[in-house]
Amino acid sequence: MQQILPYIINGISVGGQYALIAIGYTLVYGILRLINFAHGDVFMVAGLVMVYSTTAMPFYVALPLVLIATVILGFVIERVAYKPLRSAPRMSLMISAIGVSYLIQNLAFYVTGGVPQPVTRPIPWISENVSILGASTKRVTLVTPILTIALVFVLVYLINHTKIGMAMRAAAKDFETAQLMGIKINAVISMTFVIGSFLAAVGSMLYFTNYPSVAITSGGMPGLKAFVAAVFGGIGSIPGAVVGAFIIGLCEEVIKGLGYTTFSDAFTFALLIVVLCVKPTGLFGEKVTDKV
Amino acid sequence: MSKNVLKVENATMQFGGVVAVDNLNLEINEGEIVALIGPNGAGKTTAFNVVTGVYQPTNGAVWFNGEKIIENHPQGKMKKLYKGQHDGEYTGVLAPTPDKITKLGMARTFQNIRLWKSQTVFNNVLIAKHCRATSNVFSATFRMNRKEEAAQRAHVEELLKIVGLYDVKDELATSLPYGKQRRLEIARALAAEPQLLLLDEPAAGMNPQETDELTAFIGEIRDKFKLTIFLIEHHMNLVMGISDRIYVLDFGKLIAEGTPAEIQNNQRVIDAYLGVADDA
Amino acid sequence: MTRKKTIFTAAVLAALLAACIIVDMTLPTYHIVVTVIKKATVYSLVAVSMNLLNGFTGLFSLGQAGFMLLGAYAYGVLTIPVEKRPGVYQYFDGGAIKFSIPEIFSGFLGDTVGTVVGMLAALLIGGLLAALMAYLIGLPVLRLKSDYLAIATLGFAEILRAFFQWNALGPITNGSNLLKSYPAFSHATPYVVMVGLMIAVILLLITSTYGRAFRAIRDDEVAAEAMGINLAKHKRMAFIISSFFAGIGGGMMAMYMGTIAAAPFKSTLTYEILLIVVIGGIGSITGSVLASFLYIFSSEWLLRGLDSGTFFGINAPSIFKNGFRMVVLSVIIMVIVLFFRKGIMGDKELPDLLDKKARMRKKEAAGK
Repeated sequence: MQQILPYIINGISVGGQYALIAIGYTLVYGILRLINFAHGDVFMVAGLVMVYSTTAMPFYVALPLVLIATVILGFVIERVAYKPLRSAPRMSLMISAIGVSYLIQNLAFYVTGGVPQPVTRPIPWISENVSILGASTKRVTLVTPILTIALVFVLVYLINHTKIGMAMRAAAKDFETAQLMGIKINAVISMTFVIGSFLAAVGSMLYFTNYPSVAITSGGMPGLKAFVAAVFGGIGSIPGAVVGAFIIGLCEEVIKGLGYTTFSDAFTFALLIVVLCVKPTGLFGEKVTDKV
Repeated sequence: MSKNVLKVENATMQFGGVVAVDNLNLEINEGEIVALIGPNGAGKTTAFNVVTGVYQPTNGAVWFNGEKIIENHPQGKMKKLYKGQHDGEYTGVLAPTPDKITKLGMARTFQNIRLWKSQTVFNNVLIAKHCRATSNVFSATFRMNRKEEAAQRAHVEELLKIVGLYDVKDELATSLPYGKQRRLEIARALAAEPQLLLLDEPAAGMNPQETDELTAFIGEIRDKFKLTIFLIEHHMNLVMGISDRIYVLDFGKLIAEGTPAEIQNNQRVIDAYLGVADDA
Repeated sequence: MTRKKTIFTAAVLAALLAACIIVDMTLPTYHIVVTVIKKATVYSLVAVSMNLLNGFTGLFSLGQAGFMLLGAYAYGVLTIPVEKRPGVYQYFDGGAIKFSIPEIFSGFLGDTVGTVVGMLAALLIGGLLAALMAYLIGLPVLRLKSDYLAIATLGFAEILRAFFQWNALGPITNGSNLLKSYPAFSHATPYVVMVGLMIAVILLLITSTYGRAFRAIRDDEVAAEAMGINLAKHKRMAFIISSFFAGIGGGMMAMYMGTIAAAPFKSTLTYEILLIVVIGGIGSITGSVLASFLYIFSSEWLLRGLDSGTFFGINAPSIFKNGFRMVVLSVIIMVIVLFFRKGIMGDKELPDLLDKKARMRKKEAAGK
């Protein structure tokens, strides 16, 4: 047990980080029926911004800057690349998302020269080593799940007990009717992207505290896995995304602990395919029937 | 006694807790034109969808030319939710996909026109002949099926001439006016060489004159192609003018059946649907 | 097609082939134009195969890179000359496969003919392997709705990539090491001829009754099913055929690149192909070919200066450094995706260009 304990702890932590990203996917899909392929890259950009800003300015300026910059990025992407295509067929929207992802990756390559950017100044306190139950790890591993759950609680409160939350739920149920009933759909959608990007930024700062550097491809895998988590939990459902993310994080780390590191990634995809074939609506998802 | 073409037996369609079609029984014999009428939401299109295989009935069976083609009984969650009759009488499951039912000899049109928007008028009809092609993908790709394709194209031309759309055969299907699009859908269904033709509100959106033309047209194709016709319609002139028999549905239940004369004088039907005689 | 259109199309194609032969005879094989033609033709084939699936049948699949990977590895593994194998498979005892197909054919057809036949056979096997994988994957995956289909196929492609990097499969795939030393065509004309023939076959398919059935499925699958078209069978057919050609495309890509690794065949490659298809016009084969050439030409040659300091006379090494070219290209792609959604050709093909001219002449005549 002692041997696998560090992996379990890691798994919960990584799961929390995936959860923060997964919520972004699930929120956007719930309202726009769009798989925001660019979300993982936004996560990666947040990591890069963190690296650059922490090197150049004090933490109490750098960290809020990361949050603000990521939120602006998410907002701008929605306005420029998704809003104009709202009445277009779904495929066009997805292609636009892919295009944005492609652009961000190429931009990142250009700016960084393809070299992973070292995290020269990891965030203090959370990057310090601590010992839990005999296993040595960084404090961030403890902070992540707690912070994640706290943020999810705030989000769920927002969705269920505020006006804007109700607007978001209405838009997710029936987009057109929500518009016809006077809901400012642009504000709702922008809010969705703002929340998603904010959480991704938090997740990014926590995630990269555990790694020595941020590479351009760093967004790809966590992004895709968070997406699988969202699908697994039931796309459109926030609790589903969170539960799915923790499960995936745990399984991934345990597989690594058992020695099959090459397959920890493949496992996630295999899980995805099993879910899609057995229960495409996921753990907490709803079935939709088409009218003929 | 003419041959029975379609028999719907104790068909119930339940979506979750809502019973859309409740214990429907109907029969259609060879050469007949039978209409299914009733207020909006009565379950008429759902009945069509069950017969054509789009939905699997929650309970019941469908027979085509004396052979059982569809059967189902409540399963899984539905076992507890099922509110209908004849529970336990059906044990088998036969759930063919719509294309299989079409190949057996049924074809339909849709309430909301479903033409293939990127294709020409000609191609819309030609594609319906694909299910009757005997060539496989290799022989079709390497043009070894030239004779069959030529024969199919000739048939399509003939159909287009009969429905009066030959002069627009190379136009995009969506560029046609509404009435012609409806006729195109009928031509397309005919191309699939059906024995039983199902028409879902063929006169929807038509003015009285167009409706009269359509009425005559349906009679013509029934005679010319030896069809049996099952139709859903709200235009009472068309229904009363052409149907041999009528079934009336209300809230999913059959409330009357009979000849046009019988139906017009049926008090239940008048109360539910027809109202007092007006100049329609 | 009218006689005029047939002559026009034939003339254009003949001219292009002639141009390619001239290039081959006058320029050395390492010249940038030759390289561009090779790469562009391979991308054309893969783009057309993707268009067949995504554009003509409406199945949004993102698994192309996985099938290309299969084809590439199949080609490399089967064609490395026997004597070179120990060197390539250094860490795996010379590898599990101790024969090479071109050499088998050379045995009874002579060296040149045998090698060529062997190479083509290996390409074919790569395609068949990809088709087989498509059949297996298709069974569960094709029932899914469009967005789910996209991620499922993406997932499969990534799983395949993981397998090909797994050291336990090393005796065949060489694990995380490169495959190299296999034969390839050095001139551009063989690429052009092969790809041309394959695209011609795809074109024949599209214009056949099955091609029309695919388009019916894309436009309205409920109606297609109601008119007797079996959705599962036809979707599977489109998937298998598309993957077959993607597999061959992968094999040709291996030829072009000279070495094979699993890394280049990740989802970014699929995205590139998809974007090329969109730029060319979903539903236009001519568009896919055209866009492939434009894209490769721009990224490999025209915009090269953007990466190395000088572009069209403007000297700005601090901006024009490595990677700027791809940024510019990505922005152009986004512009097209947002503002020119129909792409260059929309859903028209080469012969339809004549229609425009005729219609414009009619308009002018009517205006006078």
